Parts: sequence; C-alpha cells; structure tokens
Amino acid sequence: MSIVSRVFAALLAPLVAVVAALVITSLVVMLVGGSPVEFWGIIFSRPADRVFVNIVNQSSMIFLSALAAAIGFRMNLFNIGVEGQYTVASYAAAVFAGAALLPGKLNILVSLLIAMAVGALWAGIAGVLKVTRGVSEVISTIMLNAIGTTLAGYLLLNYGQQYGSGRRTTPLERSSEFTGWFPFTNADGAVWTLVILAVLAGVGFNVLLNRTRFGFDLRATGMSETAAVASGVDVKKMVVIAMMLSGAVAGLIWMPALFNGAHYYGPTFQAGLGFTGIAVALLGRNRPLGIMFGALLFAFLNEQSNRLTLETDISPNVVQITQGVIVLAVVIAYEVVRRWRATAEQKAVTRKLEEARPTGGEAVSA
Amino acid sequence: MSTVQMQREGTQAGRVGPSYTWVWLTLGVLLAISTVRTLTGAHEIDSSGSLQAAIIATCPILMAAIGGLWSERSGVVNIGLEGQMILGTWGAGYFTYYYGPWQGILGAALLGAVGGLIHAIATVTFGVDHIVSGVAINIIGLGAAKFLAEAYFADLSSDRGTGGVKQLVGLERPPSFTVPGVSEWTTDIASRHWFVVSDLAAVVAALTTRMSWVTLLVFALVALTAWLLWRTSFGLRLRSCGENPQAAESLGVNVYRYKYIAVLVSGAFAGIGGGYLALVASSGFVTGQTNGRGFIGLAAMIFGNWRPGGILAGASMFGYTDSLPLRSTATIHALLLVIAIGLFAFAVFKLLRGDRGTAVVVAVFGGLFLLWFLVTKEVPRDFTSMTPYIATLLVLAFASQRLRMPAADGQIYRKGSAG
Repeated sequence: MSIVSRVFAALLAPLVAVVAALVITSLVVMLVGGSPVEFWGIIFSRPADRVFVNIVNQSSMIFLSALAAAIGFRMNLFNIGVEGQYTVASYAAAVFAGAALLPGKLNILVSLLIAMAVGALWAGIAGVLKVTRGVSEVISTIMLNAIGTTLAGYLLLNYGQQYGSGRRTTPLERSSEFTGWFPFTNADGAVWTLVILAVLAGVGFNVLLNRTRFGFDLRATGMSETAAVASGVDVKKMVVIAMMLSGAVAGLIWMPALFNGAHYYGPTFQAGLGFTGIAVALLGRNRPLGIMFGALLFAFLNEQSNRLTLETDISPNVVQITQGVIVLAVVIAYEVVRRWRATAEQKAVTRKLEEARPTGGEAVSA
Repeated sequence: MSTVQMQREGTQAGRVGPSYTWVWLTLGVLLAISTVRTLTGAHEIDSSGSLQAAIIATCPILMAAIGGLWSERSGVVNIGLEGQMILGTWGAGYFTYYYGPWQGILGAALLGAVGGLIHAIATVTFGVDHIVSGVAINIIGLGAAKFLAEAYFADLSSDRGTGGVKQLVGLERPPSFTVPGVSEWTTDIASRHWFVVSDLAAVVAALTTRMSWVTLLVFALVALTAWLLWRTSFGLRLRSCGENPQAAESLGVNVYRYKYIAVLVSGAFAGIGGGYLALVASSGFVTGQTNGRGFIGLAAMIFGNWRPGGILAGASMFGYTDSLPLRSTATIHALLLVIAIGLFAFAVFKLLRGDRGTAVVVAVFGGLFLLWFLVTKEVPRDFTSMTPYIATLLVLAFASQRLRMPAADGQIYRKGSAG
C-alpha cells in the first residue's frame, strides 16, 4: 500500500469512532429534548484556567490507570482488577504516610514504594492463581476488586479516625506534602507535583517494552504464546511478573492526589478510576502516546461536562455514555479496518503475482 | 432426532449418581443447620423470615447468572451483565410508573435486551473481544441509567411514585400471594423451634407466605432455561455453538443467529434481575442499586459449573450471604459453626475416597472456623459481604479441575471459518 493509504488506514478507525460517538451522543441529547448544538458548544468551549489545571491532574491519574491495564493487555492478560489494586494500595500508602515514621520527603518516597508493593501483591494473587491453578484472571480480578474494596472499607471503619459523618486515615504532616505548581493564579489551583509520575511511567513503559528483552518476551507472549514458548520464554513466570508490574503501576494511580490536596484516604477518595483506565487503554491501543491522548480526552469530557449542570438541563452523566460509545466504536472500527486491510493486502499480492506471471503461468500454478 | 435422543439418554445416565448426592447433601445441610440452631439458640439462622429475605436476595443474582449461562453456552462471554442489570433497574422504574408493575418487569427485560443487543452486535457481527465489549457495556449501562434517571425521573411526583435525580420510589409492587392454611400452619410449627421439623416448616412457610409472583416467574424461567437448553434440539444447537461453532456450522446451524438469540436472552434475563431488585427487593429505582450483583451472578454461574442446578445452588448461597447483614450478629456467628461442620463432613468424605491430602487441608480449615467460632462473639458485617467473592476464588482455586466451561467460550468465531 502507498504511504497515503497507510496513514489513511491508521487514522480511519479513530475518526470513525469519534464520529460515531458524536452522532450517538447528539441523538441521546435530542432524546431528552436538549439541543446538540448548545451541548457541543459548551463541551468544546475553551476551558477556564481552573478547569485546565483539573484536566491535567485528572488525566495523570487516568493515564497511570490505563498504563497499568495496558501492561497486562499487551500480554493478553485481562487485568480487570486495577480498581481493587489501587484502592488497597492507596489505603496502605495513606496509612503509612499518615503515621509519619519517616521525615519529610523520604516519607513520600517510601509511601510510593509501599503503594507499588501492595498493588503488585494484590495483582500477584490473580497471577499466581492463574499459573498454579489455571484460574482465569478476568474472574479472579473481578472477585479481588470486590474483596479489596470491602477490605479497605472495613479497615477504614475500624481503624480510621472519625471525620464528619465518615472516617479517614491520619492526615499527612505538612512536611510530607507537595505544594504543586501554579500555572495561573493561586485561586485556579495547582498542578500536582506527582503528575510527573505519569510522565515517568509512560517513558518507562516505552523503554521497557521496546528496548529490553523482558519487553520483547512480553510482547511475544501476547502475540503468540506458542511461538514465545518455542523461543524459550517462561510464560508462567511472565504472567506473574506482568501481573505484578501492572499492579505496581496501579498502586501509583491515586498518589498524585494523596500528596497534593487529598492528604488522607477517606470520603474524598476517588473511586472508579480503574474502570476508566481500562477504557482508555483500549482507546489508546495500549500505546503510551495513544493512552495520553485518550486520558486527556476523558479528563476533558469529565471536566467540561460539569458546566452542563449550571447552564443546561442536560445531566453531565451523558459524557459517560459518550466515553463508553467511543471505546466500543474504536474497537469495532479497528477490527473492521484490520479486516479491510487484510483483504486489500491479499488482493494487492494476488495482483502482483498475476502481473509477474509469464504467459505460460499455468505451469507454475500446477 | 437421534442426536437429541442420545443427548437425552446421555444426561440421564449421568444423572443417576448426582441426584442422590444432592438429596444426601440437602439432608446433611438441614441436619447440620438444625443442630447448630438448637445448640446455639440462633433461631434466626433459618427462620421463615430469614429464608424469605434470602430468596429475595437470591432472585436477582440467579437471573443474572442464568443470563450469563445463556450467553456463555452459546460461546459469548458476557461480563456486561452488570451494565445490563443496571439498565434493567431503570427500565423497571420507568415502565412501572407509566404502565404498571408487570409492564415494569417487561420493561426491565427490554432495556436489558438492548444492552444484550449492543454486546451481540459488537461480539458476533464485528468479532470484537468479548471482555472489551463487556467492559464498555458496563460503562455505558452505568452512565445511561444515571443520565436517563436525571432526565426522566427528576420531576415525577404523583400517587404512582416519587422521583428524584437519582431515584424513583414508592412504585406499585407486583402482586404476591399467601397460600391460606398452609402458611399459618407451617409458620406456627416453625416458631416452636423443634429439631428438623421446624426447619422444614420454615422452608414451606417462606415459600407460601407473601411470596411474590415475580419470584415464581424467576424460578419458572430457570426451569424453562434448563429444559430449553438441555432437552430440546434448539438447546442442543445453541450449546453446540459454544462448544464447537465450526462443527455446528458444517452441520447447517446458523451460528450467528443462535449467538444473537442467546446474548439477547442473556441481556433480558439480567435486566429482569435488575427489575426484581427495583420492584420486589425494594420499592423503586435507585442509582447504584445493583452494587456489583451482576458480577456476583457471573461468579454464581462459574461456581455452578455452567449448569442450571449448580447455578441455583451457587446463587442461593450468595443470596443467603447477601441477606445476612439484615440479621443479628449472633446469627452470623452461629453460621461459623455450620461452615466448620460442613468442612469436617467434606474432610471425612474425602478421607473415605482415599484423598488424604485434601482431607487434611479441609479439616485444618474446619478447625480454624471452629476456633473462630469458639474464641469470638461476633463476626464483622463486612466479612459477610465478602463471602461470595472469597468462596468463588476458593472454588476456582481448589476445584477448577472439576469445572468445565463451554469449549469455545470467549473465542471469536467468524462465519465461514469452518472452510
């Protein structure tokens, strides 16, 4: 295929998906008697400075979550359990950080390590169950989500300190907090310092997968397990390591918020990021760059939709439908485009063969 | 015809053993519970009230699980059950408010089927990965129900129900019935706390007192599913799509059509589960009502080894634990003893079968539960809500060799791939 048709084919799927999401969301808005023009006008208006900051902060967490899911997906491991992993890890890290056993910033560093370790262990359960007992990781991680959320809730209820009508972990000491970076006025809020974690994790992901032997093994296992085994990959070991790596990244998801604004694990804990991450990973084709765009898009939609409450009768929840449709449309579009390309390539090869064939070609085919 | 007959004989021949096992098992459980009840005085453990609550908690899980069974038997993994169930709760609210409770149940099925249709289009027509599509449907279902509730329920207020941005409550309930005579008589016997007799009476009382017709419908649908899938040629063809679609195709089965039917029914059943939750288990629609029950349904299906009987057992167990938070902590505490006795019995069974290793492990677990019962006074409520998930993990970990899912479950099938 020519360069033009290659670029066209690569961009076709996301374009189709975005158009589908626009059309379906417009229909849903019209269904409830709203005006799509007004709706999209609000969504695509220039975000306020404050909203800009929120979009950056939120997308860093969504990015980490999607990256965690993507590590598994690249190996055909469906880690649906990011939600449970980051809940348990966030609670553990918040408890440790709140206890202030270590001074200042060292406390933060060790807390991050604890979050990664706890996330890795929680995901590791599913990995070990898979390789030793043949339990599907889809089911075990779904179960571990529920267990993890309940466990964190139980621990918080019994060992947390009373705070309003709920409970929370001991808040961080001032020395273990980040102030963040203020791109606009102070009133517009700060970009969290640990947004840098998302950047580091993205770069690390790329290097690990594309520049190391481990990454090669991981991708090989994902593409063809039998081929990987034949080339000497210990698939069982890879499953456990990939799962734990995925869990370790999942453990970091909520850390930017914890050390910059949340200060404790309690009623303000942002749940649900694990499932958003899965959607964004699918949207970004499990590549860091794609995931970054996906995370920004999701955070953008979430933050801009808040204006709907003030200015229209349309519920902001409509963007959840948009997000779901984008994901579904993207995977469908990629599947269709992949098949279309396969057929096109096959035809091209056949044509080339026909051209190359000398007049007495029957002899070759016979 | 002959294949159907062979299938029939095959399953019947296989049934002779297990059916007795089930009888013995049921008797054993009854005896164990009755003993514990008499010893500890925790009569709530199987009072007719407790059993009624358990039945009400079981039905939504059961519907989701049977929905999952339809889909997976045709070879399509449906982890979108949760999303379809959520759509069902909204459908139940909307249609009950405007048309009546039975239409509400139908509406729940309809909305659930819409979720199923999306799943079928994505997985069957376009060949998208089943898990991916399921995840997307869960996102869409959750968002759609919240969005639609805010759009349609916020301003509703009349004698038919009271709406809000997150709810529509005070709806008319589907009718229920009490069998005159039997109900009073058995309730009376149950309240006397006789050994075994009262336990049996409580079961009958629970089934004959203020029993919702929808509950009856749920059990009828389970029986219908078992009959359709295992006793008709339609079911044989549908299951063949889940075992070996290429072979089915070569025998002239329209695999796409069967998969579509199965996934649509799956969504509709999950939707009815949601409708039950809204109309029978509570008095209306509230967002977040399903609270992961679609996933518990999925667990119950796996726990039940992709078979209706096993699913019924799994869903009942999960339903019972789901209803436990309503009971006193002493009751939950007494259940530890039941579990310990059950584990010891299982250990003896394993020992008689000559499997000494497993017997020892199980006995140790039994001992731990006994110890837990003896040294504590109550069990934290959070632990009971974890039970279904932990039980599923344990079953998967220790009995996965005995589980057999449909051979082509979750695999992407393209028409014409049989060559």
